[in-house]
Formats: sequence, C-alpha cells, structure tokens
Amino acid sequence: MSEEKSDLIDVQINGEWHSFPKGTRMIEACRQAGVEVPHYCYHPKLTSPGNCRMCLVEMGMPPRPRPGEDPPEPDENGHLPISWIPRPAIACANTIAPNMGINTESAMTEECRKGVMELLLANHPLDCPICDQAGECSLQEFSVEHGKGESRFREQKVKKPKNVDVGPRIRLDDERCIMCSRCIRFTDEIADDPVLGFTDRGSHTVLTVYPGHELANNYSLNTVDICPVGALTSNDFRFQMRVWFMKETKTIDVNCATGANVTVYSREDKIYRITPRQNNDVNSDWMPDSHRLNFHWIESDARLTDPLICDGENHRLATWQEALATSADKLAGLEGGEIAVIASARMTNEELLMTNRLIKHLGAGHVDTVTRMGEADGYLISADRNPNTNGVKLILGLDDPGSQIESIKEGIEQGRIKAVIALQENLVEDADFSAELLGKLDFLLTSYPLANPTADVAHVVLPSAGWAEKSGTMINVTGRLQRLNKVIDGPGLTLEAWEIVRDLIQATGGGNGIYSVTDIFTQLTQEVSEFEGLTWGQIGDLGIPLIETGETIPLLEREKERVARGLIVG
Amino acid sequence: MSAIQYRPGKEPHPKEHRVVFKNVDRADWDTSLKTYESEGGYDQLKKALGMEPKTITEEVKAAGLRGRGGAGFPAGMKWSFLPPNNDKPVYLICNADESEPGTFKDRYIIHQDPHQLIEGMAIACFATGARLAYIYIREEFPEGAQILEKAIAEAHKAGYLGKNIQGSGFDLEIYVHRGAGAYICGEETGLIESLEGKRPYPRIKPPYFPAAMGLYLCPTIVNNVETLCHVKHILEIGSEAWAKTGTPNNTGTRILCVSGDVKKPGYYEVQVGKVTMGELINDMCGGLKEGRELKAVIPGGSSAKVLRADEVFTVGRGDGARELTIWDIPMDFDTLAACGSMAGSGGVIVIDDSRSISWVLNNINNFYAHESCGQCTPCREGSLWMKKITDRVVAGKASPSDIDTLDSVARNIDGRTICAFGEAASWPTESFVEKFRDELVADTKPELEDDFLNAEALTAAANLR
Repeated sequence: MSEEKSDLIDVQINGEWHSFPKGTRMIEACRQAGVEVPHYCYHPKLTSPGNCRMCLVEMGMPPRPRPGEDPPEPDENGHLPISWIPRPAIACANTIAPNMGINTESAMTEECRKGVMELLLANHPLDCPICDQAGECSLQEFSVEHGKGESRFREQKVKKPKNVDVGPRIRLDDERCIMCSRCIRFTDEIADDPVLGFTDRGSHTVLTVYPGHELANNYSLNTVDICPVGALTSNDFRFQMRVWFMKETKTIDVNCATGANVTVYSREDKIYRITPRQNNDVNSDWMPDSHRLNFHWIESDARLTDPLICDGENHRLATWQEALATSADKLAGLEGGEIAVIASARMTNEELLMTNRLIKHLGAGHVDTVTRMGEADGYLISADRNPNTNGVKLILGLDDPGSQIESIKEGIEQGRIKAVIALQENLVEDADFSAELLGKLDFLLTSYPLANPTADVAHVVLPSAGWAEKSGTMINVTGRLQRLNKVIDGPGLTLEAWEIVRDLIQATGGGNGIYSVTDIFTQLTQEVSEFEGLTWGQIGDLGIPLIETGETIPLLEREKERVARGLIVG
Repeated sequence: MSAIQYRPGKEPHPKEHRVVFKNVDRADWDTSLKTYESEGGYDQLKKALGMEPKTITEEVKAAGLRGRGGAGFPAGMKWSFLPPNNDKPVYLICNADESEPGTFKDRYIIHQDPHQLIEGMAIACFATGARLAYIYIREEFPEGAQILEKAIAEAHKAGYLGKNIQGSGFDLEIYVHRGAGAYICGEETGLIESLEGKRPYPRIKPPYFPAAMGLYLCPTIVNNVETLCHVKHILEIGSEAWAKTGTPNNTGTRILCVSGDVKKPGYYEVQVGKVTMGELINDMCGGLKEGRELKAVIPGGSSAKVLRADEVFTVGRGDGARELTIWDIPMDFDTLAACGSMAGSGGVIVIDDSRSISWVLNNINNFYAHESCGQCTPCREGSLWMKKITDRVVAGKASPSDIDTLDSVARNIDGRTICAFGEAASWPTESFVEKFRDELVADTKPELEDDFLNAEALTAAANLR
C-alpha cells in the first residue's frame, strides 16, 4: 500500500469494491459511488440525529471466527468475505469501516424503505394537490421509488395545527411535518436562534415555535429550503407558482460582497423565487432572507423602460439613437477635466472595463464609485454591500473607492466640473448629492433600472437592466471570480450597462468591436493581468479564486470547524 | 437472619432468598441512618475505600452481576468500558425511572432501604472514579424522592458523602433528579438527555455509548437501583460467595414482581434460576385464582414476548437440549431468552383464561403509543397505528386482515429504531399475533373486510355525494 493510499478504506457497495477516506459516512460513500440512499433528516451541513430511518441499509462486516475456527481467507485483492448483519444500519450517521459491505438493493433494505415510507405517510394528510412542496417533495419522490402505492392505514389520522404563523416570513403545517428536525437543527446550529422545538410526544409530536418567540432571524427562510416536505412554506412564494413550471437559472446574489450562489426560479420573464445554491467556498447551502427576497423591485412600476431626454421642464420619451446623440452633443465641447464619471461597484467586471474605456475615451478627469458600507452580520452578509468592489479596484484602478466623491461635489459646486455621467448609481439618494447641486451641471447623464431623484434632474436618462437581466462576472469579498447569469429579459427598451457604455463610446466617436459580454471578458484577460489566461467557461457555476484578499466568511469558518470535529460532513 | 421480624402478612415466602430486600417490610426497620448503621450500614463503603478501585470492578466482574434493569448486561463489564486514559469527569447515574409495566421492585428499596442504594452507589462511584452521581427517579415517586433526599443529607452529615469521605480523600456528591413522567427516560441515553435538560430523545449508538460519551459527553455509567444495591453485597461476602447464589452465568438473587391473575401478587426475591415459573406461580404466589387456568405469562415486563401456557420450549443445544413446559422454566436470564422471551426487568405478568387476549394486547399497545417519544419514524407512527388497530379489534370493528397489518406494522418497527423502545413496543404485538392469532382473529369480523373504516374519509365521501 502506497503512502497516500494508507488513509483509504475499501468498502463493498452493491457488490463493487470502492475506496474512500477514513471517516467517510456510509451515505456519502454510497453517493460517491453513484448510489443514492434516500433520506430525510440527514443534511451534510447539520448534525445527524438518525431519526427518519429512511437511510437504513443492509450492512455487513468480515465474519468473526469463533474460537478454534480459521480466520476467513482474503481474495486476490485482499478483500474478505462479508457476513451480513441481520439488523439494518443507518447510513447517515455511521462511518465506513475496513472491508464493510453495504447493500442498498437487497430485499432487507427495500423492505426497510417500504416500511418507513408507509409509516411516514400513515398520518400525513396526502394533500399534494394543494401543497406548495409538490414537485420538489422528498416524500413524493421516495414514495414513487420506495412506496407501496396503496395505503393499509384504515384509522383516523392525527389532527395537528395547520397554517401556523411561526414567523413573519414562514408558515407551518404540522400535519405535513415528518419530524426530521432539520429546521430545529438549522436554527440551533447555524442561525444561533434556537426558537423551534418539538412539543408533545409520540405520533402527537408537533413542531412549535417557543412561546413568546418567532422564527424571525434573517436566515429563517433556509428552513423552508431544507424542509423535505411542505411543512414549512415561504409566505412570499406559497401558492405563486408550481415548481415544475419554472425555469432554474444559476447565478449569484448581488446584495453584498459575499456573492452568495443562488438559483433563480422564473417563468415567462417573471421571477418567483430565489434559493441558495450550494457553494462551500462562498455561502455553503444558505443565504440571508433580506437578500433572497430583494427581487420584487425587478417588476416594479417604477422601472425605466425607455430612454428619456429633458428638454426643459419635463422628461420626454426618446429613442436610443436620439438619447445617445444628445449625450454626444453635450459632451463634445467639454474638456476632460470638466467631466466626472461616477460608476458603480454593482457593475460587472465587463461593465467596468467598458466604463474604463469610456473614461479614457473622454479623458474624464474625475472618476469614482459609490460605496455602501454596513455592518457584517457575522454569518454571510459582508460589511461591503456592493457586490463587486474588488472588480472596481482591479479594473478602474481605484485604490480607495468613494474617496473622490466629496471632491467631485466640490468641483460641481465651484463650476469646475460641468458634466457628470452617473452609471448605475442614484447620486441623490445613495451618495448625498443634492438635487440643487446636480442642477448646476451643464450635463447630467444617468443610467439606472428604476426612476429615482437623480434621474429627475438628469438631462439624459438611460434605462438599464437589473441584475437578473444581465450577464457578467464579479469578484467577491474573498477574491473569487463568479458569474452573474441573465435570468429574464429586461422590460421595454432596457439595455445591459455594458451595452449602454459601448453605445455611448461609439456615439462620442470611439470605435470598438464589442458584441457580447464574452468579447469583453476576452479583452479583460488581455488587459487586466489578474485575468490573464482565463476563459469564460472556466469560471463555471461555482467560480474560481482570482485574487488574495485575506478576507474570510465567518459562517464558513464555523462550518469548517464543525467538520474538523466530525460533527458534520460539510 | 433468623432474628429478622417482618410485618404481619408481609413475611417472605420460604423459597425466597432475601438479600437486597432483606430490610423490606421489616417490623423493626425504618429509613434512618441510625437504623441502617445498626446492622453494619456503610461498613462496605469503608472497606471499599481501603481497596484499589480496580479490584472492586474485578470483584463485580467475577461475581457475574447482570443488570437488573432489563437488558441483563454484565455490570462489571459495563464499568470496564470506561476509556482508560480519560481526563474528563466520570458520572454515575442510578436509573430509578422504574417504568416498565409490571415492575415494582426499585420503589421498595427506595422507600424502605434508601441507604442501601446510597452505599451501593458510593462504592460503585469509588470503583469507577465518579465524583458526581445522580439518582434519576421517576416523577411518579414523589415520596421516594423525598426519602432519598433525606437519606443523602444524613449520609452527608455522617461523612459517607461529600468531601474526603471517611478520611479517604475520595469526594462524592449524589443528587436526586426527578423525571417528568416519561417511560423513555428509563432508556439510558434518553435519561441522560433528560438530565441535561432536554427532551429525552435517545441518542444514536454509535457514537453515543454512555461509557464513552454520556452525560455532558463525558464517560458515564448508568445502572439500575437493584444492580447498584448488589454491589454492596458482593463486597460484603465476596464475589465467590455471592456467585454461589443463583446459577452459572445467572448469578445472585433478583426480585421478581408478579402481577395479574394469581392469588398473591407481589415481590419475591429469589436466587436467579433456582425457582421455576411453576414454583413462582403455584407456590409463592398461591396459585391461580379459583377455577382459572393459565393462559399466558409475560415474564419480564410488558415489553417481553408473551409465553403461551401450552407451549413446549426447547432449550439448550445438541445433547444438552431439553424440552420444558411453561411451568418448568427456571426464572433466569438465559433460559427465558432461549424460550424466546426475556427476563427483562423481572416483571412477571400472569394472564388467566378469563382475559381477552385482544384486550391485553390493546392495553399494552395503549401504553407504548402513549409513551413513544416520537423521535424516530417507525416507533412514532407505528406504535399509535398498532394501538388504533387493536382499539378496533377490541371494539369489534376490525377485520381479519387487520391482524396481518398489525403484525407487519410491528415488524416494520422491530430492529429499525434508534433505541430499544422499538422492540419494546413491537415484541408484544409480534408475540401475541404469533401465539394467539386465532383468538385475535376471532374478535374480528370478516364482513368488515372491505369496509371503509376511516370515519374521516367516510364523511368526506358522503359530503362529496
């Protein structure tokens, strides 16, 4: 046995021998071998109570010779025969042992699964037609695979509370609950807010929120994600759309620098739901409620859908050509030192690269972005509420983003700065520019997804795509390059900011041959050294480490520690 | 011994061998320390404190003392499972949750001879290195808890507990912890969770074997009241003499609690295996009630598998094999196991021919449905289902196929749960169906076979029409 192989253990799964690292749980060994073990209570990020019993499998070990008996002979590969144990074992909490046998296809295993399924359904209301979980319900899935197909239960079912408000965002149906305790463990182990528990006992056990408390922490909706059945449902999503009608798009959250990986569920250009997508280097399996629910503005009535030009008192609708030509006119007579470009750390790297070209093309003398600093929550929310500050630093070359804003204000005040191009930022509300100050400008151009007070005083207003309506890349707080993927089309005539900037460069006489985001990415790899040699495809769904920032994500650090202690699989 | 006077009508049967119960029902006995000391009380603790702890464990091992709580696991071996290079505190817990239906022995020790238990515990603690011990007493013994508190206070004052006991340098505190009324708290890991202030959900094993990861995840020994009392007597007479009582591998005495259809139900301390079922029922308990015949016996608490009165049991292997009737069964661990049941907690429940088997089984199922903790699926859902089926059998609302369903629900629980409650809840049904199927089926109605028995669904269907 070679040095690096010494920590590997040979295990037989359904007749085939495999090697796994010591300490691997049986269920994970099976998964790695491509064998699914059905389960409800087990979750790799939580402790394993072993309560659902769905993962029971037939297990065996080499036979123990009786006194006087010869030990069993190993075969040519060094494997011993397996003596199957008459009592099934849970695969979730037990770790593998040398020469262990696992049989997930045996009569005993199938008998166990059938039995547990029948028992789980005995008191379940079987109200799938009106249940939000239908279509993504483990109870349904395993019932199809391992159920009996008919019920022998002739008794009255146990009555339990329904439609219980357990918190501002979550509703509980106790009759659907299969008491896997995932939500209880999540609130206790991950969210540090142990407000859920069981009361009463036996078949009358109910999941309850402690008296005088509610499930209100900013991670509460993760319990809905991990609830394997329809017991916990999201007030925001329930009854909105059947899950099988929706399109799933992998993208990232843009509400802070963590860039949690998410799946956005949409149908016909409407977003219905966002759930966290597992990325053990970014957000584990979780995300904050405040970020998850911050998408309804995408379909707000206040969305800008057409370019607008202000000829005097009021804005009027304009075509893109007209708006861009007007902008070019206004900028034509200005010196570089009279122009300020205020970009956004909410822009993608590709948008920032185009912005950098615009800055150079116009020779703009003043450049900055708007910062959004808050408090880190000690879990997943970064103090930096901008998703791409690292992109700003790298691509716009700003060492200290936000530090020029005050001098730009002064410049406007003193009349030195005559034009401002505000890309994807609302200067009045987010950077404390007064409308009066902006009124002094000869020319104010802004691009933004929503109507806002800055747009009110701008000469040209360009409607831009929201985060779910565009593609690109961003660099998160730890320096990880991740992909933002377009989920839906933007409303009306909106364009992605990179398109807006490209068109602005062209309108002001600059040429470029940019037709797509991937074109820009290719140029990034040529122009920004950190991107050298990368390809768009290489970033993948989970991103890649790009730069060292020395920053960590607290929740991940705690999970790593729990993995090291063997409490969770991770 | 001959001088002992028992209260009138409470005299031990001549076939009894009173050791642990020596002072139970004594005319001249009370629970005070003074009384206990007057007959050599705490002498064995003093002796133990001069011994090597390891020697005491070896003595208990050599005596072959098997746990009297239900599983019959060798106590000395349990103690030796404590990790050798342990740097965490060791805890000892006395399981006084006596909750198996049909069992009522520990309460008499607690009520009438509390110092015997405290001395046994103190010796066990010294042997295992525990400096903190708990007596987990069931909620239903409020007076017992008070008696223990008082006895502990007395022992403390007299220097049998506390710091530097008898100048030995050994410290020990014992606390009484009252349960809140749950059968599952008698399961040792459920008990530990309860003691930690949580719901008594039994822990998965592996990894949570109490000897390694018990109370507060520290090494913990959990022993039954009667078991701990025996430790004192093993020290008193030596393991060799102690092991001469009882039978090989089934050493010592144990208290059998007989309830049900006998003339004199009660507790009887006997040498393990030296008394047969026949002697127990016919001699010691005065026989069955007038004109009645034996139908069945549940020999080790309600979770033990039932034995049918007319069964013939084959025990032993090969040349040693012999056939036994129910009357011939020696009341020991190994024979009762060979007969397909268990000695369990010593609760012998006698059922005569006046009893309806459906009613008896329903009574047991009621208990387990009520007491299932609800942590794991099979027991949580299955125990109530079984109860609901036997409810209908008793009410004449079941059909013959319900008995098959009943049996298969039990088999879907057995061996598939976190703790032994699964077996406790399913063995009665499995054994009753196996041995009394005809009688159960006789209480069902074939014409109900295709009936829509779910009243809820029936109403829903009617509303639809």
